[in-house]
Amino acid sequence: MTLSSTAFGYVSDLVRKEAAIVLDPGKEYLVEARLLPLARAAGISGVDEYVATVRASAGPAERAAVVEALTTNETSWFRDREPFEALTKTVIPELLESASVRRKITIWSAACSSGQEAYTIAMLMADHVLPRGWTVEILATDISTEMLERTKAGRYSQLEVNRGLPAPLLVKHFHKVGTQWQVSDQLRSMVKVQRLNLAGPFPPLPTFDIVFLRNVLIYFDNSTKRSILDRTRRVMSPRGFLLLGGAETTLGIDDRSWARTPAGRCTLNRPLTGAHHDPSLTPATPLVSAAGVR
Amino acid sequence: MRALVIDDSRTMRIVLCRQLARLGFDVLEAADGRQALDVLASTGDDPPALATVDWNMPVMDGLTFVQAVRQQSQWRQLTLVMVTTESEHGQIVRALAAGAHEYLIKPFTPEALADKLELLGLHPTGAVA
Repeated sequence: MTLSSTAFGYVSDLVRKEAAIVLDPGKEYLVEARLLPLARAAGISGVDEYVATVRASAGPAERAAVVEALTTNETSWFRDREPFEALTKTVIPELLESASVRRKITIWSAACSSGQEAYTIAMLMADHVLPRGWTVEILATDISTEMLERTKAGRYSQLEVNRGLPAPLLVKHFHKVGTQWQVSDQLRSMVKVQRLNLAGPFPPLPTFDIVFLRNVLIYFDNSTKRSILDRTRRVMSPRGFLLLGGAETTLGIDDRSWARTPAGRCTLNRPLTGAHHDPSLTPATPLVSAAGVR
Repeated sequence: MRALVIDDSRTMRIVLCRQLARLGFDVLEAADGRQALDVLASTGDDPPALATVDWNMPVMDGLTFVQAVRQQSQWRQLTLVMVTTESEHGQIVRALAAGAHEYLIKPFTPEALADKLELLGLHPTGAVA
């Protein structure tokens, strides 16, 4: 998936005129990640085609949607605080009991985009007092290889670290390289990256104790949501936890496979033992591609 | 909930005042650290909940202001956020050690300011959507 220079040129001109935002060449990945959800919502499979539609329509609402997607929807650290509070206050204490033999916690940050969620989790896990001998592994996946490279590099601009990252954690876990901030080697060693299209068959994956699948399902139709949830459940520990975005739920999508428990203002989804499995929920053909949209 | 914006740039004061007002704060202003201490003193028993503090200002700089505030027990509830172009690791460490709660580096977006205040649990009523 590569954005054409025509589409990129149109979008960068638009956001420069409308919002004084400069998108230099090389930011094609950003345009793709931000506009893919809009394309999907419009029933269009590719960003190029979507941009062509916006251009042809010349409608202010369509142009505004593009501008908004590229300005206000920046990825932030600790995006929505509740899931991270649930992680430290409820999920980890329970896993310390249930995974006490294995002494290892495996976490999946699905559709990781540029990695802020994965490193937020890594910071919490590094600072959380785990008993001696416990290890943590975080797998960050995305469909975009550019996003995975950014995640792996763990290097962020000043604007990016301004978004929701507490200053004490910035100075503890990052150091400055030129004008950018580099995640510490300790955190980088905790996060592995792997390319994965959520809408397609999953490659071999570890068994996860915790899955962060946030703000992704909203872009899919119900049948694809069910399929993704079903495949996610199969790679989770029976005592695992699934955390979805604030506007997402397993309720009404896959009721028989998940138990829902409130944790503060957040809902923890837990796989039900012996859950009903409908083979029709696991299509081999991806319906749409899922990019990281954080 | 009240906020005090301390910056020697009038433009930055306008920008910050607008953004904080949009988040529901009643906003006071000061152009340097000395003036800010005077404003705080004038609020008596009802000091603001938040001060945004520029680093480089004439008369009294932001770091000195933070240190001065932290020596006064009547202002212990005041949340201090440095909002500055100073972006070196060591400077952030110094500001936090002096008593600043958070640090926001210019340029910043309105969302970044809102994120910081969210982190600090500052939720004024009357925010404009």
